[in-house]
Amino acid sequence: MNTPEQLDATFAALADPTRRALLARLAQGPATVLELARPFAMSQPAVSKHLKVLERAGLISRGREAQRRPCRLEPQALAQAAGWLEDFRRLWEGNFQRLDALLDELQQAPPGSDSTTA
Amino acid sequence: MPHTLQLTTPSENEVQIQRTFNAPRRLVYDCWTKPELVRRWLTGPEGWTFEVCDIDLRVGGTYRYVWRAPDATRMGMGGTYREIVPAERIVANELYDEDWTGGETLATLLFAEHAGQTTVTTRIRYSSPAARDAALRTGMDQGMAAGFDRLEAVLASA
Repeated sequence: MNTPEQLDATFAALADPTRRALLARLAQGPATVLELARPFAMSQPAVSKHLKVLERAGLISRGREAQRRPCRLEPQALAQAAGWLEDFRRLWEGNFQRLDALLDELQQAPPGSDSTTA
Repeated sequence: MPHTLQLTTPSENEVQIQRTFNAPRRLVYDCWTKPELVRRWLTGPEGWTFEVCDIDLRVGGTYRYVWRAPDATRMGMGGTYREIVPAERIVANELYDEDWTGGETLATLLFAEHAGQTTVTTRIRYSSPAARDAALRTGMDQGMAAGFDRLEAVLASA
């Protein structure tokens, strides 16, 4: 679950908007391929293809019942990828909030005291 | 209202950070390239400060940053400017002293102004997908108690 290969698969799976939408749906509870396909106006094979990518990335699991095989969100892989991105984001957001304040200050400075590039 | 930071992973070995600022691009560019201004914001985690902030802004010129943490730990990095179009584009390679990025990275900075606001896009290309993931992992000690609540953030930003 923690290997770089696993995370590559996770990030790649999350890069697609349809797959993110499928995850958002599964966050509300398990669903079958048929149930997932309906609101997306997609064919079942197309949805199945996306689900395979999500499954390989460890983001979802499929039930064993031969007929229904419901899909279920696997929060660990997602939480790990999310944790990494969130911490990275927080670090930069801190920097940028300081930059916002600095830019405000520089734009309020009286004429002649600015430091813009000539 | 503060602008939202867009964090994306455009390819398997890249990270892109995009943010808009309420200022003309020359001013934003200055804040990114003049040491006396850089020192005031690019300080990372709470309590960190610049110890060294040297910038020789020309193609082939180098830059060197060293930060000091509250516990006196130091973190240094530096690189060489590869391409400079004033107020528009900077390309530089960068390497941390501790090399936690798994080799040199290539950073491309783009400044675009629209209606008095400037959007800065930073794209960092790591030497490999594993190197990128290792870089994203730094700072993980700030709290890996990640839970379901982060789902929304990722779904909105990935």
